[in-house]
Amino acid sequence: MENSINTDYILELKEVSVAYSPGKNAVDKVSAGICPHTVTAIMGPSGCGKSTLLRAINRLHELYQDITTTGEILLKGQNVFKMNPMKVRRLAGMVFQRPNPFPTMSIYGNVLAGYKLNNIRLSRSEKDAIVEQSLRSVNLWEEVKDSLNQKGTFLSGGQQQRLCIARTLALKPELLLMDEPTSALDPISTARIEELILELKEQYTTIIVTHNMSQAARISDNSMFMYLGELVEFGTTKQMFTKPVNKRTEDYLTGAFG
Amino acid sequence: MKKTFFSGPRYRLAKSRLFFYAVCAFSFVSLIPLFLILGELVQKGYKQFNIDLFTRVAPSSMEAMLARISDDPLPGGILNGLTGTLLILTIAILLAIPSGIATGIYLAEKQDKPLARFVRSLSDLLQGIPSIVIGVIVYIWVVKPMSGYSALAGSVALAIMMLPMVIRSTEESLKMLPLSLKEAGLSLGGSYSRVMMRILLPSAFSGLFTGSLLAVSRVMGETAPLLVTALGASTVNWDLSHPVSAVSLLIWEFYNDPNLAGLIWSSSLLLLLLVLGINLFAKSIAQKWKIQ
Repeated sequence: MENSINTDYILELKEVSVAYSPGKNAVDKVSAGICPHTVTAIMGPSGCGKSTLLRAINRLHELYQDITTTGEILLKGQNVFKMNPMKVRRLAGMVFQRPNPFPTMSIYGNVLAGYKLNNIRLSRSEKDAIVEQSLRSVNLWEEVKDSLNQKGTFLSGGQQQRLCIARTLALKPELLLMDEPTSALDPISTARIEELILELKEQYTTIIVTHNMSQAARISDNSMFMYLGELVEFGTTKQMFTKPVNKRTEDYLTGAFG
Repeated sequence: MKKTFFSGPRYRLAKSRLFFYAVCAFSFVSLIPLFLILGELVQKGYKQFNIDLFTRVAPSSMEAMLARISDDPLPGGILNGLTGTLLILTIAILLAIPSGIATGIYLAEKQDKPLARFVRSLSDLLQGIPSIVIGVIVYIWVVKPMSGYSALAGSVALAIMMLPMVIRSTEESLKMLPLSLKEAGLSLGGSYSRVMMRILLPSAFSGLFTGSLLAVSRVMGETAPLLVTALGASTVNWDLSHPVSAVSLLIWEFYNDPNLAGLIWSSSLLLLLLVLGINLFAKSIAQKWKIQ
């Protein structure tokens, strides 16, 4: 487990616990540091708290009553619980399990949705530039450049998911949180998203929740293994897959349970 | 087990076919009243269904009697009723839709809060209140303090009747949206109100709009509450504080005056066509703007 204080971390979790009902922690005192320009995979069996931990980072739990989050989450050294939640969510963009483009908006509108929601006015040329740049960065530009005014919901599942990533990237977040972004996609779309995550590493820091171990092995630099709300092991993916420190990690990775 | 005809597949197939025919027959039977009504109205009303119906106010009993004696078509139309209905409905929509939508949003967002459950039951209860009772209440609330019947009072009565439908359709259409839509909006840093106004309400718009239109068509033909609120008027009136007529009120007046009875059919036909038109329009909107 990595606990040392490192000012280079873009994100630092300090004893983060999340409870859906009092006394029962779905995430239990997780501490970890995430370095910039890395891809970190959170692995573990269903119900181990992977998504719960991810959603604690951008304070999505606050939408629901009865969920309490304790501990500290530092995003670029600032405690997210002391920041404006809207600012936190802009800095830590999220991509969801199922592609969810806004159904009433065109592809163009979807990419710019973040600006619209934040009430940021842009000139036409700025808009065009952001749309093109964002769609290019998810390798979707060539496919949709002639149908920007069509509804985003007419795209295929994989294209929709890339559109959702573009929508998140358009706001230039510091951190990209991905909650099993390929679990609803076919293998070809999955491969494209994985390639994309690797490409985005140059500019962004990504934390990806996945239940797919081989996916974690393919794309991540570091891995967290969670089990029953606990962070069992956190280290480089290479080390975790070759020489796991913890017995439970080894059992999970070798398929003894899961 | 001994095989008999009644346990065999042919019997069972015949039975399901019979069931299917019975369903078809009954659904046809339930459509008969609609066609009979339409047929009756068209047959009796087409003679009076002319441009006068839309451009002239209802004739007086005397004018109608003279026309009847000389066997002419009845002079005049229902312009005062049409304008009155339009005025009353417009104000009713302005009153009911914003508050109905706001309540619907609240119910959809705070589904299990005790207050939300209470409001939901009240709204269901409101739907069950007989329209004449609402009329009488509005008479006490609006007509008496304003010391006179008015279009506004009629609008208030119809708005109260529309509210439960607007509330329900807003709540249901918002609840149909996937939760991830809201989360995605908020995850982009949007404030709750902006996410609601820019993403959730537009996404639910088709259901919301259809529900509101159906509410309008539902109250369009209401007569009882208008009798004690808007009263009726023999001229075109756009002043909210004065009595106005409405198509349904005119039908009631025609019914009560043997000289004017000839106008019942054309005005009923027009009212029916308006209601059917709004319904069909609402359906087509729901189809066209359905979220993929």
